[in-house]
Amino acid sequence: MPNLQANTGGIISPNPFWLASAPPTNSGPQIMRAFDAGWGGAVWKTLGVPIQNVSSRFGGLNVGTKRAVGFNNIELITDRPLESNFKEIYEVKKRYPKHAVIVSLMVETEQEWKEIIKRSIDAGADGLELNFGCPHGMCERGMGSAVGQEPKVNERITSWAVHYSTVPVLVKLTPNVSDIRPHGLAAKRGGAHGVSLINTIKSIIGVDIDRFIPEPRVAGLSTNGGYCGAAVKPIALHMCASLARERDFGIPISGIGGVSNWRDAVEFILLGSSSVQVCTEVMLRGYRVVEDMIEGLTEYMTTHGFETIDQMVGKAVPQYSEWGDLDMNYETVAKIDADKCIGCHLCLVACDDGAHQCIHPGENVMKNGMAVNVPKIDESECVGCNLCQIVCPVEGCIDMVAVANGHKPATWNQHVSEGAKLRHKKGSH
Amino acid sequence: MDIPSDRSEVVFQDFKAAFTPAQAVTEANRCLFCADAPCVQACPTEIEIPQFIRKIATGNLKGSARTIFDSNILGMSCARVCPVEVLCAGACVYNHRGEEPIAIGKLQRYATDEAFAKGWRFFTAGKATGKSVGLVGAGPASLAAAHELRRRGHAVTIYDKRKVVGGLNTTGVAPYKMKSDRSLDEVRYVLGIGGIEVKTGVEVTDFVALQKQHDAIFIGVGLGADSKLGIPGEDRTHGAVEMIEKLKLGRVAFDKTKPAVVVGGGNTALDAVRELKGLGIDNVTLVYRGQEPSMSGYQHEWAAAKLENVRAQWQTQPVAYEGGVLKCVKLDAAKKAIAGSDFAVPAELVLVAIGQAKLAVPGLKVEKGCIVADENGATSVRGVFTGGDCMNGGKEVVNAAAEGKRAAIAIDKFLGGK
Ligand SMILES: Cc1cc2nc3c(=O)[nH]c(=O)nc-3n(C[C@H](O)[C@H](O)[C@H](O)COP(=O)(O)OP(=O)(O)OC[C@H]3O[C@@H](n4cnc5c(N)ncnc54)[C@H](O)[C@@H]3O)c2cc1C
Ligand SMILES: Cc1cc2nc3c(=O)[nH]c(=O)nc-3n(C[C@H](O)[C@H](O)[C@H](O)COP(=O)(O)O)c2cc1C
Ligand code: SF4
Repeated sequence: MPNLQANTGGIISPNPFWLASAPPTNSGPQIMRAFDAGWGGAVWKTLGVPIQNVSSRFGGLNVGTKRAVGFNNIELITDRPLESNFKEIYEVKKRYPKHAVIVSLMVETEQEWKEIIKRSIDAGADGLELNFGCPHGMCERGMGSAVGQEPKVNERITSWAVHYSTVPVLVKLTPNVSDIRPHGLAAKRGGAHGVSLINTIKSIIGVDIDRFIPEPRVAGLSTNGGYCGAAVKPIALHMCASLARERDFGIPISGIGGVSNWRDAVEFILLGSSSVQVCTEVMLRGYRVVEDMIEGLTEYMTTHGFETIDQMVGKAVPQYSEWGDLDMNYETVAKIDADKCIGCHLCLVACDDGAHQCIHPGENVMKNGMAVNVPKIDESECVGCNLCQIVCPVEGCIDMVAVANGHKPATWNQHVSEGAKLRHKKGSH
Repeated sequence: MDIPSDRSEVVFQDFKAAFTPAQAVTEANRCLFCADAPCVQACPTEIEIPQFIRKIATGNLKGSARTIFDSNILGMSCARVCPVEVLCAGACVYNHRGEEPIAIGKLQRYATDEAFAKGWRFFTAGKATGKSVGLVGAGPASLAAAHELRRRGHAVTIYDKRKVVGGLNTTGVAPYKMKSDRSLDEVRYVLGIGGIEVKTGVEVTDFVALQKQHDAIFIGVGLGADSKLGIPGEDRTHGAVEMIEKLKLGRVAFDKTKPAVVVGGGNTALDAVRELKGLGIDNVTLVYRGQEPSMSGYQHEWAAAKLENVRAQWQTQPVAYEGGVLKCVKLDAAKKAIAGSDFAVPAELVLVAIGQAKLAVPGLKVEKGCIVADENGATSVRGVFTGGDCMNGGKEVVNAAAEGKRAAIAIDKFLGGK
């Protein structure tokens, strides 16, 4: 049995699955139910000067019959009195001493940071998370992403927090920047023990086209909100990996953004996360999703021979490289498995209109008493772009197969600097 | 436990075909992952259906099978034989949207078949308690009870009067749902927890006396022989359950060109007509004393039988079997014979499927032939528990599994467990 215990900058949790700071971590009773369901840690809903929220405040992006593959919110930090929150943090820690309770914080002045940090630690926090990420409402007040977008301010506030804290400090970064690295490095310079990323992405989730009002609608107006959920995972993975492979960075990452199942979690861990945080999937389906996450991760670790989470963290990072270091002479072509093909020709139209016009009608094969036309691929023209494989509705029907073209590996950088020979350009006539 | 490979039942194909991996994943992704799900509430063993389906969708098949077996160790056979149309799938919220309910049975089969194929085992015997439990009957009720008792560390001995184990799951369920060899696979899977002694060919007659050899007793003897019509010529008819056992465990031979009749309107009768059809008999008629909408057999089963061209005589009562015809009278709405309505149904083969007798259980309180027990299966005699058909009067495999497990938990308490 692999050991699922996770260590994120000194914050220890029985497994790497944490609830992200958000409505699922709004109160003690909720977090206790979540720990009972199996969550290893929880980042408390951001504390600060309690705010007042609007209604409505969420929006969902539906794709076909799938509801809310992307999610957006215009909610702010906690609206509950600080006393209630601290009392409940104390109760949770008393009843669940082995689980990680991280308190998310967002205030303005050094004095305020000092006070709220002391109260959080007195209540039993195992760690702090500085919310430099919220992209709406709070930044207009000089907090949240207004801090996360300004490395100097980030570093200064981080150093205050680290100074006043006796427990590990994570800095939660905003993705609303063009390059995440200066912001992660600023947190590191400030003395942070790790970073959490990503917070939500500035967005407008949709427009009510009959009322001419963006969504979510608050009376007759709307505002931009924070985008999250399954759809944001690729953005989050990139930011996680960017920091993980940054030589000067080197502090732990708690990965967030679109984690919906154990596979997503494995991806974040392989790209450098020591723990993962989940918000939207829990908001949509409940704490119970963690059961499959734990089982799936355990099984994955067992089949791949990982005994601890540490052995997995960052395993895929070395394989994340610059474009210029990719082997230009590596060549693949698409192959269609005629036994599996159902004759939809989605690959054909995709290649015709969206790629290199090298899939053509092929031979008819009898299936279930009907003639199924299996397209054929002109391999001399196929550029190996994957588009056909991506649109194919049948798992394993189109395979991208490596071609032995006799060329030695050569990268673009080698080509430019040393004149390394590149293979003939395909499909460029 | 050996059964021949040329059994008559082997000609049957699965009525509900197994899912391919792609089909299973597609169907699993349709599931809404309901909370307080009505499907779970409709399952007597309360399997966490949305969880096991979600795990199929995420590729966590092992976890999926674990979820199923944790609630119901007979989940593999239940996936095939449960009347899901009136249980889990019948309760699926998609029904309220006018859409096909989730194919829960087929998904459950997908996950549990995979577990059997890969040899995944999830449970180990508990720490030995030094207590011993005797279980009478090796049907679903006793098997579920035995497995739960082993998880709790009690020594377990099962007695069955038959040579084959598995009860009606092996000898009774329709071969287009599950064949007997698959039921035996399941028995082996259940026994895989270790420490379950099975004594076949042992008929227990004195249940209370068995207490001398064990610290507690579980009675899961099911029902008895087919009931009789009490008409002249009946000796040349066959009990349906008896005939089904023959075709499942050995070979039966019929003249396929000659007409056959099945008397009854319950699920055994509906199985029997489809089994005769499947064995090649052209002309099969169901003779039932009630009306079509009020038959006790499931409407979805009857709909399937009709698709196979089974005929029916409703409100019909056999009065004698002679000279290759079943002599009958028509009944009125009050089930009284209508004078002058005599007619004959040609029948070279007559199967009687009008219920099964209750078995005698001396020393125990019974009511209408069923053993009287509380909600945990405790009978009128201290230390003697029961579950399954002999207690509930004849329900489904899944009821027997649920009752067997529940009784095992009560037995564990009785023996001092927590
Ligand atoms: C023809 C038929 C088809 C069915 N089809 C389905 C179906 O498709 N789906 C479904 O869910 N249910 C079906 N059922 C019902 C289901 O089979 C039963 O509800 C279930 O098997 C009951 O389990 P049990 O353990 O209580 O009893 P049984 O399965 O009847 O097992 C009882 C066991 O006890 C043994 N025994 C009896 N007396 C003694 C004794 N004195 N000493 C030792 N051993 C003894 C018997 O040999 C037998 O093995 C069907 C039933 C019949 C008759
Ligand atoms: C309704 C809502 C409220 C949120 N509130 C906070 C918050 O108070 N503090 C914070 O740091 N992040 C907050 N977040 C961001 C989440 O913690 C998380 O970073 C983000 O949703 C991405 O993860 P996900 O894709 O799993 O949802 C909130 C997100 C949502 C949807
Ligand atoms: S989810 Fe609950 S709080 Fe939100 S709108 Fe619906 S009922 Fe109200």
